[in-house]
Amino acid sequence: MRRIALVVALVAGLAAAFAFASTVGGSAAATPAAKPLSTAGAGDVVFFSNQLAQVSEISQVRNTLLKGFDGNVDYITPPVGQPQVFFNRVQAEAQAGRGTISLLGALHGDYLVIQQYLRDLSPVAKQLSKAGIPKDLLALGKLGTKKQLYIPWIQATYIMVANRKALPYLPKGANVNSLTYGQFHQWAKNIATKTGQKRVAFPAGTNGLIPRFFQGYLLPSFSGGVVTTFKSKQAISGWLYMKSLWRYMHPQSLSYNFMQDPLLSGEVWVAWDHVARLVNALRTRPDEFVAFPAPKGPKGRGYMPVLAGLAVPKTAPNAAGANQLIRWMLGVGTQAKTLGSVGFFPVVGKRLSKQTGAGLLKMNAAVGRAQRSADALKSLLPVGLGTEGGNFNKIYTDTFVRIVVRGEDPQKVVNEEGALLQAILDKTQAPCWAPDPPSRGTCKVK
Amino acid sequence: MSTVAQPATLGRRLRRWEGLPYALILPTVAYLGLFFAWPMVQAFELAFHVDGTWTVAPFRTMYHDVNFHQALTFTLLLVAVIVPIQFVLALGMALIVNAKIRGRGLFLAIFILPLAISDLAAGLVWQSILTERGYLNTVLEKIGLIDQEYIWLDPTKSNHLLVAVVVSELWRSTAFVMVIFLAGLQGIPHEYTEAAEVFGAGFFQRVRQVILPLLKPSIQVALLFRIIFAFEAFAVIIAITGRAKTTLATEAWRWQAESFDSHVAAAYSSLILILSLLFAGVVVWLLRTPREQMLR
Repeated sequence: MRRIALVVALVAGLAAAFAFASTVGGSAAATPAAKPLSTAGAGDVVFFSNQLAQVSEISQVRNTLLKGFDGNVDYITPPVGQPQVFFNRVQAEAQAGRGTISLLGALHGDYLVIQQYLRDLSPVAKQLSKAGIPKDLLALGKLGTKKQLYIPWIQATYIMVANRKALPYLPKGANVNSLTYGQFHQWAKNIATKTGQKRVAFPAGTNGLIPRFFQGYLLPSFSGGVVTTFKSKQAISGWLYMKSLWRYMHPQSLSYNFMQDPLLSGEVWVAWDHVARLVNALRTRPDEFVAFPAPKGPKGRGYMPVLAGLAVPKTAPNAAGANQLIRWMLGVGTQAKTLGSVGFFPVVGKRLSKQTGAGLLKMNAAVGRAQRSADALKSLLPVGLGTEGGNFNKIYTDTFVRIVVRGEDPQKVVNEEGALLQAILDKTQAPCWAPDPPSRGTCKVK
Repeated sequence: MSTVAQPATLGRRLRRWEGLPYALILPTVAYLGLFFAWPMVQAFELAFHVDGTWTVAPFRTMYHDVNFHQALTFTLLLVAVIVPIQFVLALGMALIVNAKIRGRGLFLAIFILPLAISDLAAGLVWQSILTERGYLNTVLEKIGLIDQEYIWLDPTKSNHLLVAVVVSELWRSTAFVMVIFLAGLQGIPHEYTEAAEVFGAGFFQRVRQVILPLLKPSIQVALLFRIIFAFEAFAVIIAITGRAKTTLATEAWRWQAESFDSHVAAAYSSLILILSLLFAGVVVWLLRTPREQMLR
């Protein structure tokens, strides 16, 4: 009997303890843990970035890139799968008139959405004049205004990597550094027919970046546009090319996410991907691989740069500290470390030191070739779509799956997917971005 | 004296209190309500309530999406293929462990091992076994069975991916069914099977005529769980097939994580729930056990 009373008391006690713990935990989670105010250097700086937001990248930023900075930096990122949190929080702080974030890290296109909340960083840009940031990159940070709204920070792009074993199968007269789509097709076919194995692949898995291949490479190279030309004959010929090419692609392409892994295992000899997803292959076995730009099509050599910048919101509680941190992030030492640690390229200095390693230098050379190529056709990442970016990518992946994988009628598919694409543009009222010609008002699928 | 007597009367009163059973299940009910029933209601609201109005638009988007029919058929196919095979395997495994043979503890340990592994980890393990430069091809090459690697995970060859998913799902979750069967088997008194043996029943006859009928309640429970879990199959499919195959659960995840459309994701989840309930109802009805047949 006494035992029952004891059990009841115990349960009640546990429940009370649980309730107490959850309220305490709740309140602790709601307000960031108070840190002792540091008096040193730049003081406390909250650095909120939607780039370098993967777990491994976050730890590299905290332990490598920020190491040695004289100040107390709290590097935070939006939760995985919720990119809208970045915009919501910046907007909320601006509307509240006071904030906790002192420094922002985001893509060029992201800043277009929140530019009215950003400080003019012209004085910082002036201080950085000797850092060696290319003028055209700095100009992008003005977002078409006279103010320097962000400072270019890191950049990346997509390239191709091949195992040396694949080079003997190149078609006659083809130079790996200036391939055409026709030569690339022949190359894939040669490898498949002469070795009996399909060794060329794309990252078309669940987390693979293949939609970027269509948006920045295939469609611009064939049709000159991404959105306006979506239903054009040239775009359809691009998809038909892809369908023909797919017969020689490694069948497991549909499950590849990061091409560096199948390249290293030898399953794949030739692949296209984001530099940060190829870096391990080139870093660990530089002698085995070559890096080169994507092929050229009838309208040019598609090329999609990814540029991220640093900005200071108007509500920054520690703008001076943020400025110091910008100068630190753009310092030669920090910039030199970005390639090796996170696979993104620095924006300052033309020459990378020999210490960077042979593989990374090769990657850097391939990026340079793509950038400087006379027929380069630059595509930007989607701009102004906000949280519809995922649905935008789905249009291109679905079009690919329907035409190339399932063999549906291309005209029917581009008509149907084109209508969905237009619905997204109408919803966001996004104007056209490069390589599509600038539009007045919402971008239209022709 | 009175200090000793007081708790005694309290306890006695508590025991006589008619509400005691309800009070005791209250924490469970609260837990289920808070963490299962309420989110379920919220999911339905998300699926039907968009921007302040009640609508079936998310379901229309789901139905017209290019991946919907493939997701639905592949999910049903998985349920239809996995569940029966798993039942035969699990019954065999449970009979081995339940039999009085040497080393049955070892069998139990081996059978139960996959239960300790999360489904994503299981998917990745099987992916690394079946991928072109994976363990399977390496072993086959070493022993000279193949000259060139065979591509097991080839979406262009019919049913290769289905077989891969089925094999890994069987490996991962058959132990779960076996545990339920084992518990049921251990509840069957030896006298019954011994009596059948005395009357000349062979092994398979005993299984069919004695064990299976008495195992019916366990079969029902196991079927319910397995069907519900088969509808939720997710991480193994993502890890093994990538974008080549899709199920209702992977589509729900894609709509949430890639398209940021919680409404369509909730519509998929609601469909999974409705299908699970429907199949569960059929199982309960087909395998209903009359009260007088229940083993007491």
